[in-house]
Amino acid sequence: MGTLTEEIFSRRLGRRVQAGDVVVAAVDYAMAHDVTGPLAIEAFRTLNAPLWDPERVILVFDHILPANTVAAAGLHRMIRDFADEFGVRNVFQEGICHQVMVERGFARPGGIIVGADSHSTTYGALGCFSAGMGPTDIAVTFATGKTWFRVPETIRIELRGGLPPGVLAKDLALQVIRRLGAEGANYLAVEWGGEAVAAMTIAQRLTLANLTVDFGGKAGLCEPDEATRAYLGEAEVSDLHPIRPAYRELVEVDAQRLEPQVACPPAIDNVQDLSAVEGIALDEVFVGSCTNGRLEDLAIVAGYFQGRQVSPRTRTIVVPASKEVYLQALAAGYIQTFMEAGAIVMNAGCGPCLGRQHGVLGPGERALSTSNRNYAGRMGSPQAEIYLANPAVAAASALAGAIADPRRVA
Amino acid sequence: MARIFKFADGISTDAIIPGRYNVTTDRAALGKACFVEARPDFSGAAKPGDVIVAGRNFGCGSSREHAPLAIQAAGIGAVIARSFARIFYRNAINIGLPVIQCDQIYDSVSDGDPIEVDVRSGRILTGGRSFGGATPGQVALAIMEAGTLIELIKTRGWAAIEDMSAAR
Repeated sequence: MGTLTEEIFSRRLGRRVQAGDVVVAAVDYAMAHDVTGPLAIEAFRTLNAPLWDPERVILVFDHILPANTVAAAGLHRMIRDFADEFGVRNVFQEGICHQVMVERGFARPGGIIVGADSHSTTYGALGCFSAGMGPTDIAVTFATGKTWFRVPETIRIELRGGLPPGVLAKDLALQVIRRLGAEGANYLAVEWGGEAVAAMTIAQRLTLANLTVDFGGKAGLCEPDEATRAYLGEAEVSDLHPIRPAYRELVEVDAQRLEPQVACPPAIDNVQDLSAVEGIALDEVFVGSCTNGRLEDLAIVAGYFQGRQVSPRTRTIVVPASKEVYLQALAAGYIQTFMEAGAIVMNAGCGPCLGRQHGVLGPGERALSTSNRNYAGRMGSPQAEIYLANPAVAAASALAGAIADPRRVA
Repeated sequence: MARIFKFADGISTDAIIPGRYNVTTDRAALGKACFVEARPDFSGAAKPGDVIVAGRNFGCGSSREHAPLAIQAAGIGAVIARSFARIFYRNAINIGLPVIQCDQIYDSVSDGDPIEVDVRSGRILTGGRSFGGATPGQVALAIMEAGTLIELIKTRGWAAIEDMSAAR
């Protein structure tokens, strides 16, 4: 009985659990990456406890891969030493942690996962309750296999109608953030539903679940359905539905009436219609991230770049979300298209999103990114400006060297 | 006497400690880099026990625990905000950085004002006025009592929290 979140926790604990309950629950996996991992490992060591289960600890190198400084290399060394000492085999350097968690099959409907990264909400797209936490929480899970939750109330978002051309899952999420504000779902779970979600691919749902944390959500869930079954295989998907759920709030969005949305600097909820910001000159366009670095996203961009050149005054950087995405993009010819169009293609990982390695912005520079954060200083200089948009807008903007409408690319 | 460093709404973990400065677990290095770009004089000016008073959604963004660690290492005794982003709040409690949610104080204080905070009770005194913070949840209180989440788990294990949920 209850919301997807209440259903998942009730099943896990073998008793009826309701929003507001404080529970200690076993989790399926605990994940950390190359920035949060070292703090988690240090905290874990102070517990003087054995590792709970080496097969359920996931360590991913993605934020600084390959290491770009001696300090970063040292953190990587520390994580490898920990993995060797405790027999952790799930150590990956093949893409963004969230994409790897999905591709490797760790995220499953009805599961519970905690990750030392805020965008761990991503796996909710498959009906998995997954939340971002800090390294100390993850360290305790490394030792015990459990963590505590205050079971959250849920905001239900109904996305009505079909998506018009040029409008993608990203725009629906940004529209919701525009309406609810940057802390609209703070401490709450979000259920993404309605006909627009039912019609979406898993990649698009991953975008919705991913962006849930950017308006404060603890988890962002989609109900598993035929698309989930097709994606994961029948055996992986048990029935999971909201049953007579009591929602804290119901938000309806009419997808058909939307135009592409752009989150303007310096806040995720400073969202405008694309038409209001068209023509703003850009120094960098970044296509990638755990929000929009999947094959479908790259396919959209390749479609616009085919036979065209990106603006020479703009750095266009493409970063596939994972090695798997990269290989598929290679096979489909997208990588060649990007390079022939004049874009820079970099290795799978977080890329320029967090301003720690390549693609860093200088003072006064302006970027448009398909990622999820536009805080001052996020991608480099605090005097740089970041606009967030969908991959089609990013592609059209890269061609124009300025924010442009993909629906008008001839 | 502790003094106030006042911050606006929506202070992100990128503002508290930018991604280029958290490639370390060294507390002193984190403290030095606290607000290094958003407010470059901060780490030099903050004295032990000083207090941050901020607007809404303090600590939004990344789960990087480097953010509350940097504030703690800079010597800040408590962070008072109109509201906190969930992960930052939980991280701060876990590492023993006092965080107090209080809506009323924000408009009554200015940067540099003297302030007294009793972190155990959440009572705040400034400018001759007294303010009360919101009562933390029972898990947060148990962690605060133990000092850190690590200490709570070391000394009492999950029973400390399981017992309180069973008592409901």
